[in-house]
Amino acid sequence: MKAKFLIPLVLFIALAVLLGIGLGLNPKEVPSPLVGKPAPRLSLPALDNPERIVTTEEFRGKPWLLNVWATWCVSCRAEHRLLVELSKHTNVPIVGLDYKDEADAAKQWLRQLGNPYVVTAFDERGRIAIDWGVYGTPETYVIDKDGIIRYKQIGPIDANVLQEKILPLIRQLQEEAA
Amino acid sequence: MRLIAPLLLALALWHGQALAGIETRQFESPQQEKDYKELVFELRCLVCQNQNLADSNAELAVDLRNEVFRMLKEGKSKQEVLDFMVARYGNFVLYKPPVDRATSLLWFGPVVMLAIGLLIVIVFIRRHRNRPGEDNPDEVIPEDDF
Repeated sequence: MKAKFLIPLVLFIALAVLLGIGLGLNPKEVPSPLVGKPAPRLSLPALDNPERIVTTEEFRGKPWLLNVWATWCVSCRAEHRLLVELSKHTNVPIVGLDYKDEADAAKQWLRQLGNPYVVTAFDERGRIAIDWGVYGTPETYVIDKDGIIRYKQIGPIDANVLQEKILPLIRQLQEEAA
Repeated sequence: MRLIAPLLLALALWHGQALAGIETRQFESPQQEKDYKELVFELRCLVCQNQNLADSNAELAVDLRNEVFRMLKEGKSKQEVLDFMVARYGNFVLYKPPVDRATSLLWFGPVVMLAIGLLIVIVFIRRHRNRPGEDNPDEVIPEDDF
C-alpha cells in the first residue's frame, strides 16, 4: 500500500490549486445580476442641455454602450483615450453616464480629452446609477438591440478587454440586429 | 492613569459614531427604526467589501442608507428593500446569502467536512478495536528505543 503515502501529497496539490485559483480572482468584481436582464430606465438630463431628457428607449433597435464615468475618477481618465478611439473606429453609440459629478468640470473634461459619447446623461446625485447596480467607476454596459444588458465591464476597459470581449460582442450584436 | 478616562471616552465616542453614521433620522415608528437598523447591518457595502452599510462611510453606502430609509418611509417592507438591493447588486449585498446552488458549498461545506472527519475517526477507532493486542507494527514501540 505505497499509494497511501501519496494521499497527503495529492490533497496538498488539490488545495494548492484551489487556493491558486482563488488568488487569481478579483474579489472587487461583483457579478451583476442585471446581465441578461432588460436595462433599467435612464431618464436623466443631458450634460450639455438639461432640457433634453436622455432615456433608454431612444437607443432601441441597435446595440449600444453605456459608460459610467466621473471627472474625480482616476481610472476613467486612463480609459477615456480608448473610448475616444472606439468611437472613431466603430459606429456603436456610446452613451455616457456622468456619475456624482460637477457639470462644469465634466464639460471641461470632454472639451479637453475629446468626447466619445453620442450623449452624456448627468446623474448628479447618483440615484439612477443605483438602479443600474453601479458601485464604482468606471463601469461599462453592453446593451443589445432589444435593450437587454449582455455584458458588464467593472473597472476600466483596457486594450485587452476591448479586443477580446467588447469588440467581438459588439460585432455579434450588430449582426443579430442586422 | 489619568490618561485612561479621556482615552476611553474618545474611544466610546468614536465607536458610536462609526456604528451609527453621523446621520440623524426621524423614524415614524419604533418598528421602522428596528427594520432600518437590521437592514443596514445586514447589507454589505459594495465599495469597502468587508463592512456593512451601517459601518461604511463610503459615498455609495451613504446613498444606499438613504435609499433604505426612503423605501421604509414609503411603507415598503424589509423584504422589499432586500429584493431591491439584490436585483441591483446580486446576493453579494447580503451578509446572509440564501441557500441556492452557488452558495450550497458555503452552507453545507462545514457540515460535510465534519461528517467526513467523524467518519475517519469512527473507522480509525473501529479498526484498532477489532484487533486488540495484535501485532501492529505501527503501535508497538520497541523497548530498546528508550
